[in-house]
Amino acid sequence: MNEIRTVGIAGCGTMGAGIAIVAARAGFRTRIHDTRAEAIEKARTQTEAFLRKSVERGKLAPGKLPEVMAAWTGTTKLEDLADCDIVIEAVFEDLAVKHELFAQLDAVCPAHTIFASNTSTISITEIAGGSGRADRFVGMHFCLPAQLMKLVEMSPGINTTEATFETAWRFCEALGQKPVRTQDSPGFILNYFLIPFNNDAIRLVEQGVAEPADIDLAIKTALGYPMGPLELLDLVGMDTQRLLCEAMHGLTHEPRAACPPLVKRMIAAGHLGKKTGRGFHAYGDTKMFGA
Amino acid sequence: MSTYRVIHAGTSRSFPDAHPFLEGAQPDGDAFVFLGEHAGAAFIDNTPPGDAPFIAIELGTECLGEHTGESRGEEGCNIVGFARYRLGSAEPTALVELVRQPRTTPEALAAARTAFEAAGLVVAVCNDFPGRIVDRLVRPYFNAALRRLDEKLATADDLDKTLMLGLGYPEGPIALLERTGLEHHHDVTRALYDALGQEAYAPARRAQVARRRALRDAE
Ligand SMILES: NC(=O)c1ccc[n+]([C@@H]2O[C@H](COP(=O)([O-])OP(=O)(O)OC[C@H]3O[C@@H](n4cnc5c(N)ncnc54)[C@H](O)[C@@H]3O)[C@@H](O)[C@H]2O)c1
Repeated sequence: MNEIRTVGIAGCGTMGAGIAIVAARAGFRTRIHDTRAEAIEKARTQTEAFLRKSVERGKLAPGKLPEVMAAWTGTTKLEDLADCDIVIEAVFEDLAVKHELFAQLDAVCPAHTIFASNTSTISITEIAGGSGRADRFVGMHFCLPAQLMKLVEMSPGINTTEATFETAWRFCEALGQKPVRTQDSPGFILNYFLIPFNNDAIRLVEQGVAEPADIDLAIKTALGYPMGPLELLDLVGMDTQRLLCEAMHGLTHEPRAACPPLVKRMIAAGHLGKKTGRGFHAYGDTKMFGA
Repeated sequence: MSTYRVIHAGTSRSFPDAHPFLEGAQPDGDAFVFLGEHAGAAFIDNTPPGDAPFIAIELGTECLGEHTGESRGEEGCNIVGFARYRLGSAEPTALVELVRQPRTTPEALAAARTAFEAAGLVVAVCNDFPGRIVDRLVRPYFNAALRRLDEKLATADDLDKTLMLGLGYPEGPIALLERTGLEHHHDVTRALYDALGQEAYAPARRAQVARRRALRDAE
């Protein structure tokens, strides 16, 4: 059983940058790689700003900030991930891109290094198939924003060994995250349920069952959900919902996962959600949450 | 605010116990609230005056149109339907789904809303569709959760935990359905499946089992 001390993250976009905060904050030596130097610079600035906010809010001891930043290293060279015990991939959601990356990583990393993917919609078994180490490969699906959300959906591929899964699971707990085990199946748990549920809410609007404000109010009041489905969709954005639907429906062919026509009309009309000031609701302020 | 009288017609799922809304009623109130499982029949038996500020009929899984009649998509007057949302054997929630028809008068809708809100309830207005808002939206999701549990996507605890941690839901779907009665989920989805004909509403296997067991136990 190997112990994980050094964590590699490949892809320094929205998710990779968040996962790197989680790893460095939990005391792991963290190396974050991206092919774009500017992505790393941006993440470094945002990470420092996020940690400063955490100190201000009393969530992080002031002395911890320099420690976390010292544990955080950015690099454009993939070879710098050579001493990592686990590498979490968070690059573009494209099987060919992920396969190419893992093939390169397989050449760089020692045999004991576990590979993990943060993919939302691609099969873990499929990505693992092109990694050169399908037995030492797991799915680790973090939620946005990773630095604030505790949930990680963990799934073994068909060839993943139980020992690899256990090591990755313990590592996930050591990160301070809350792992759940799910099958390697489209959308895992969260997106499998959420994408069609949100589509159903859109269809209620399409079919004239009720106004968006009444739908959100009803769901929050009846079930105690913190946000109504249409408010949540306004944060997700219609453009993103469309991509999620296309990915999920393409895999499951379940009618509820198909993108409702209203989403396409809203995109055409520029009503993408909060970021454009208008979605199912109107917004005076287009600032988004998170760090 | 208009005064209202309550006409009781059998057991009410919306108001099973004492509630400020019932206490606020007056024997000679101008508006009419038909309450209970036979509310629709009671309304037909003693049709209130057409100039009442509002007439509210408690609904089960049926549409308001069954009681008022419908024609050409132009039905609607001073009559509204309503139900307090309630999952199975759980207590009713604060939500009142207030059902309107295409030509329901804004005055009647507003007067009914005011009466419910004055009693501390939260009103969401919807058109006259099977399942109204909440059941229409959550039942396919509940069915999917039950089906995916059978398919071993994850354990019941992990399914629930994921939805609670990922979306901030106060309770996961499996715990919620088992707490409030899977057999009730069966009854609601059976009615919705009959009305809508969509597979997503067909009662999940676990709900069918629970309903059959409940029937057997009742024999
Ligand atoms: N955004 C979300 O809400 C979310 C949530 C959970 C999981 N995911 C998954 O996480 C992954 C990343 O998503 P994101 O939203 O952070 O994307 P993003 O576009 O913000 O970031 C991707 C980053 O990967 C870099 N990159 C691309 N190819 C690379 C390569 N070969 N080597 C190194 N770096 C490379 C890009 O330069 C970019 O900075 C995807 O698989 C996505 O499905 C996203």
